[in-house]
Amino acid sequence: MRDVSDKDIDALYGIFKKDAESGGYYLNPDTGFAKELVRGLIANEERYGYQSCPCRLASGIKEEDLDIICPCDYRDEDIGEYGACYCALYVSGEIAEGKKSAGSIPERRPAAEQRKKMKTEKETGRIENGGKLSLPLPVWRCKVCGYLCARTEPPEICPVCKVKKDRFERFL
Amino acid sequence: MGYEKFIKQVSGKKKSDLMLFTLTTCGWCQKTKKLLKELGVEYKYVDVDLLEDKDKQEAQKIMTRWNPRCSFPTLVINNTRAITGFQEDQLKELADNA
Repeated sequence: MRDVSDKDIDALYGIFKKDAESGGYYLNPDTGFAKELVRGLIANEERYGYQSCPCRLASGIKEEDLDIICPCDYRDEDIGEYGACYCALYVSGEIAEGKKSAGSIPERRPAAEQRKKMKTEKETGRIENGGKLSLPLPVWRCKVCGYLCARTEPPEICPVCKVKKDRFERFL
Repeated sequence: MGYEKFIKQVSGKKKSDLMLFTLTTCGWCQKTKKLLKELGVEYKYVDVDLLEDKDKQEAQKIMTRWNPRCSFPTLVINNTRAITGFQEDQLKELADNA
């Protein structure tokens, strides 16, 4: 693994911080800890071609890892329940203000077997329901932040949390 | 066992057999390594993200035995139980009593 320069880390950290704050999120106030995670994200980008969660082992197959590309599908629920995401790059306002501290939390991502099963069920369900909807347009849901929109295709970038189109699922 | 040749040893007081599975990119894994070192206990570790595919799968298979979610860090104690995540109190207790 190439040594990632402090300059690269600071630059990416700055972008994350700005995006987080403009979207109503907070980065971990322990900047040393947060920057180590940013270093991990850069390392994963170089290894796999995408910024998968530094605290989870990626498969290297993008389709299987979509749910753990930062920000992961589990971030918002974890911040709600524990005050921090799994790796603790993102935290709640309370933790950001230093009223509480972030800790190691349980893994919310289902185990591999379960994920496979859920995916099959979802696909089968969609086929069974296909064509029965009377909506004029399909409704797409951002799996990261829950943003919903009714249009022929999901947007290229989620206007709320800035993740890419491939993180959307058909909701209705 | 292919991954075993990548296991590294950190010297210290021999308390129990401690085998730690980590990712080099993970903040909680780094904190766990640092605390174990500070507590001065002997432990072994392997950075699973640096292993080749086959060794990676082997290491995950062993981890799954103690931690079905296969999450990081996983600390296997005396081949009987595991501590998952960075658990400061449990690690300190381990250093005191184990």
